[in-house]
Amino acid sequence: MAEAIAAPLPVVRKPSRSAAERQEARAALVLSLPAMVLLFVFILLPVAVVILFGFTDYELGYAGFRFVGFDNYTELFTNRTFRRSLWNTTVYTAIVAPISIFMALGLAMLIESENIGRSLFRTAYFLPVASLLVAMATVWQYLFHPTIGPINALLALGGLPRPNWLGASTSVLYSLSIIGIWQSVGFNLVLFLAGLTAIPRDLYHAAHVDGARSAFDRFRLVTWPMLGPTTLFVTTISIINAVKVFETVKTLTEGGPNKASEVLLFTIYQEGFVYLKVGYASAMTVVFLLILVVLMFLQYRVQDKQVHYS
Amino acid sequence: MNASAFTLGRAVRLSILIFGAVIFLAPYVFMISTAGKAQSDIFSSSLSLIPQHWSYVANFTKALTRVSMTTLLWNGVVVCALIFVFQVMIAIPCAYAMAKLKFRAARLMMVLVMLGLLVPIHATALPLYVAFDRLAVLNSYFALVAPFTISVFGIFLFLQFFRAIPDDLIHAARLDGMSELGIIGRVIVPNAWPAITAFAIFSVVAHWNDLYWPLIVVSNQAYATPPLGLLYFRAAEAGDDYGALMAATLIITTPLVAAFLLAQKRFVEGITMTGLKG
Repeated sequence: MAEAIAAPLPVVRKPSRSAAERQEARAALVLSLPAMVLLFVFILLPVAVVILFGFTDYELGYAGFRFVGFDNYTELFTNRTFRRSLWNTTVYTAIVAPISIFMALGLAMLIESENIGRSLFRTAYFLPVASLLVAMATVWQYLFHPTIGPINALLALGGLPRPNWLGASTSVLYSLSIIGIWQSVGFNLVLFLAGLTAIPRDLYHAAHVDGARSAFDRFRLVTWPMLGPTTLFVTTISIINAVKVFETVKTLTEGGPNKASEVLLFTIYQEGFVYLKVGYASAMTVVFLLILVVLMFLQYRVQDKQVHYS
Repeated sequence: MNASAFTLGRAVRLSILIFGAVIFLAPYVFMISTAGKAQSDIFSSSLSLIPQHWSYVANFTKALTRVSMTTLLWNGVVVCALIFVFQVMIAIPCAYAMAKLKFRAARLMMVLVMLGLLVPIHATALPLYVAFDRLAVLNSYFALVAPFTISVFGIFLFLQFFRAIPDDLIHAARLDGMSELGIIGRVIVPNAWPAITAFAIFSVVAHWNDLYWPLIVVSNQAYATPPLGLLYFRAAEAGDDYGALMAATLIITTPLVAAFLLAQKRFVEGITMTGLKG
């Protein structure tokens, strides 16, 4: 397959290079050509086009389009739905990312210090990661059902108020966050467990000798700094995944009720692929991409500062 | 620390872990239990886990007839397999060239790969959809597979792994007269199975679960993947027939969960490797 796409490329000749080196360079280009062509066609070019579309009024189904400058962007930031969507995504991320990180860290430390049932616990917490989210969202919909759902049945037994979890605009985002946390803890947990196992035991002895007597001191002086790179990575990926929330919203709420669960990717999907307002949705996509770029940039900055730990 | 003694601290620790595990597994328990309940049971006794009227057969029949589950699962398998095969065949030669061969474009390619890592399908979906619509290739395996044939993440992962393979091995193979493709097939790939397995798990989990792209390019049940099919099933299932709905979710969740339970160690290694290096 590789040969079918790869045509022999002219190599810039430089007298100092030997025949073997030239041959090696040519082979390298041929081997990487299919990947580079696809990278260009399916990633770089579409990104360039999305940026371009963002400055047009292009709608699918209409013949032409014209350039409208920053009109889409000014409309975006005055549009109620989009602002709502950005805010909801922020709230969702601010709930799901920290809770799923600290819950995973806590559980990982508990599992690490326990010598029975390790793999059993790991399996239990990891299972949601390996499950089809659309399917499990349906199960959660049943669990959250206001009248026949087990959660409210349990609350009724305790004489507690029974919220309309996914049905009320005041609670829908929190209910989706619960599903988001449930789904992502296992992934973070497995990464933290790997990070914890990699910490040399002698460090704890050394800390003990140096007077770190309490469990909290050991955590503060050894575990936390040694886990630095893992925590940074888990944090970045948790935030990015939370920003990308879509499946549960599409399956369970369609952004409702009353736009209370409208999130970024759902709004882009709705505007771009349902209403076919390609230009407008492209501008939103650019905002989404910028958020990802900023997050990655922040990760690199922090990583640079903490190199001495790794 | 005396870990074997049954101290108070240990009791607290174990109870937290067990309590948490019960909560995390509860959705599965309710899924299995509700899949066997008749409509009347679902409405009257949501907390009893054993169905009073066993309706597994009725619910599973509904789930299997309303939407063709076999087609869904088959589509899922075909799409994931095609994506994985293309990704590996395209990423491995490129990663090998970047890791082990000297050429000028390598630096620029590294920059492109790092840029590509930033871009999820959600960002490229609009132009790709417009193009696929123009080419009239929506509703096809091609549309489902094509954008994922290039995995920059795969290139990145293999690149890091290949760098650790000793150069002597490659020089020796070259002296034996092997071509570069021969070296990839007979030296690199056999030494890279851990990375390939890890990547396989990453890729299959991601694409088996993906809803966004199939939702955009497929409107015909014949090409629906499992998540999309479940959406169709939910739409076809008017009202609250949770028995049939849970039976359908059970059927659709089982393959990947079973694969995970059978190959747990590999899964966890795979996630750790792809996770930490990504």
